[in-house]
Amino acid sequence: MRNPFALPPMPPWMERPTLLGRATKGIALTIICVLVLYPFVLAVGTSLAGADELRERGGWVLIPEAPTLDAYQVLLSGGVVTKAAIVSIGVTVIGTTLSMLATIMIAYGTSRPGSFGSRWIVLMMLGTFLFAPGIIPSFLMVKQLGLLDTYAALVLPVMLNAFNVIVVRQFFMNVPNELLDAARMDGATDMTILRRVILPLSKAVLAVVGLFYAVSYWNAFFNAMIYVQPDKYPLQMVLRSYIIEAGEMNAGDLGIASLPPGQAIKMAVLVCAVTPIVCVYPFLQKYFVKGVLTGAIKG
Amino acid sequence: MTTVESAVRPPQGQRRTEGEASGKRAGRWRRDKTLFFLALPGALWFVLFFYIPLLGNVVAFQEYSPFLGFTGSPFAGLDNFTAMLSDDAFWKAVGNTVEITLLQLVLFFPAPLGLALLLHSMLGNRLKRIVQTVVYLPHFMSWVIVVAMFQQVLGGAGAVNMFLRQNDIGVLSIMNNPDTFSLLMTSQVIWKDCGWGTIMFLAALVAVDQNLYEAAAVDGGGRWRRLWHVTLPGIRPVLIMLFILRLGDILSVGFEQILLQRKFVGANASEVIDTYVFQNGLMNGEFGMSTAAGLMKGIVAAAMMIAANKLAHRFGEQGVYSR
Repeated sequence: MRNPFALPPMPPWMERPTLLGRATKGIALTIICVLVLYPFVLAVGTSLAGADELRERGGWVLIPEAPTLDAYQVLLSGGVVTKAAIVSIGVTVIGTTLSMLATIMIAYGTSRPGSFGSRWIVLMMLGTFLFAPGIIPSFLMVKQLGLLDTYAALVLPVMLNAFNVIVVRQFFMNVPNELLDAARMDGATDMTILRRVILPLSKAVLAVVGLFYAVSYWNAFFNAMIYVQPDKYPLQMVLRSYIIEAGEMNAGDLGIASLPPGQAIKMAVLVCAVTPIVCVYPFLQKYFVKGVLTGAIKG
Repeated sequence: MTTVESAVRPPQGQRRTEGEASGKRAGRWRRDKTLFFLALPGALWFVLFFYIPLLGNVVAFQEYSPFLGFTGSPFAGLDNFTAMLSDDAFWKAVGNTVEITLLQLVLFFPAPLGLALLLHSMLGNRLKRIVQTVVYLPHFMSWVIVVAMFQQVLGGAGAVNMFLRQNDIGVLSIMNNPDTFSLLMTSQVIWKDCGWGTIMFLAALVAVDQNLYEAAAVDGGGRWRRLWHVTLPGIRPVLIMLFILRLGDILSVGFEQILLQRKFVGANASEVIDTYVFQNGLMNGEFGMSTAAGLMKGIVAAAMMIAANKLAHRFGEQGVYSR
């Protein structure tokens, strides 16, 4: 077995690190990781704690002695949180599908250099980096389209993101021309080329962009706050009103008698909002570094 | 279906007669129409949800009435701007924005650089990857979650105060202290995005020529001198680019972040330009005046970005866009 503290190979000119230096670095990194992870663990621990344990320990439990899923049972048995979770999932799934469809279409439509209109459309997208329409005009637009208090208002105004389109377009443009020409020789139309050549080659970038869209739909709360009434609120808004604003979640609002205590329920809501992101995170992480850099350099 | 011939583009700069040119144009349309129709819905989306609202900023020059819309409302010249400039709350918001931005520029901007240097100096790759996985995670959390997390740890009923109370030390008021709000905001930004911010720096650090390090070491440069004379100059273009991008954003600080916490610390400590626009416009119905504030902010931001980029070119750097 390899000694985990052994030094990895390093260039001959580099000084050997001192023990003190390595220890300092290790401690600094450990502290950083603990600062990042502590709130997550605290939320999970508290959400799993039983009523007695919470009362005994003063409201917060890092690692519960007798974990129980009571809080989640309360949440998922109907009521505000269940409804909000359904809204969030619906908005995320439908929104991501629409976003991907529109992104692929516009990215492919502008990916052939010099094609009709593509220059103007690309300039239009780049313009979004320099200006922003502002909150009020955007709100008035949504209002004039009659989208106020509809689920569509949670999807349509944020459906496309120029940055994502440019990343996908860049990827499409890097598909070798020989491949496209060969397909054309065989009689493929532009649509066939998209379906049979471009899309299969771009699975990785599409996965990343799709996840980015999904995360932003899942995390959005501002549009819900200004465009829809509380009965259409997604999970993030419920989190805001019950945890950040009110502080005290009222069991009556959940349509359930008391027990287990509010603290565990609140943290269970938080965990519900965090879990999907943590679940897709490994896939995100695999690709996002590349995505961020491509976009930053080429965009 | 496109023929092979029409799909191959003619070489650039070829001279064509008049008749040939219009024939080419028709051919080009026939060749490209599938692509054009594919791009059209997206292009219309950008017009509808970006460019028409951008034009909707004319509201800033109108006495806007929701019943008349932007086309029917009477023009009011610069009245909205004068009303805004004589509003104390607006100047308070500008002051807070500048204060918070400067604080973030000083405290948040260098933080990812420090973390990136620390990560880069780690020799073990597996450990490095584990740390990266951990520190990138908070970037994907929404502001609601970040604020909720800060509240559960640092809030009045949070874990830290629980500990202090149990040991009879007293209670720290962190989440609702107006005096330290800008520091709290900065620490939230650091928690959320410091790790994420390292990505660009790490990529730049990897791209620094390894031979330079070796040459410096042979010439007797120790690790700190190498950091100062090799590493930092090597990543200067990225530093400048990120700085410019930050300058372009200088007037937008943490809109969602503040919106969530405004109630706890009061408007006096937390109102920034974006929340001022939101409060006056959507909450109080002062559409004209708040659009004027938003428009002014947009113009100043675009001007700052262009100016910073010009400055970068003057110093021989690449900046965000060229020329």
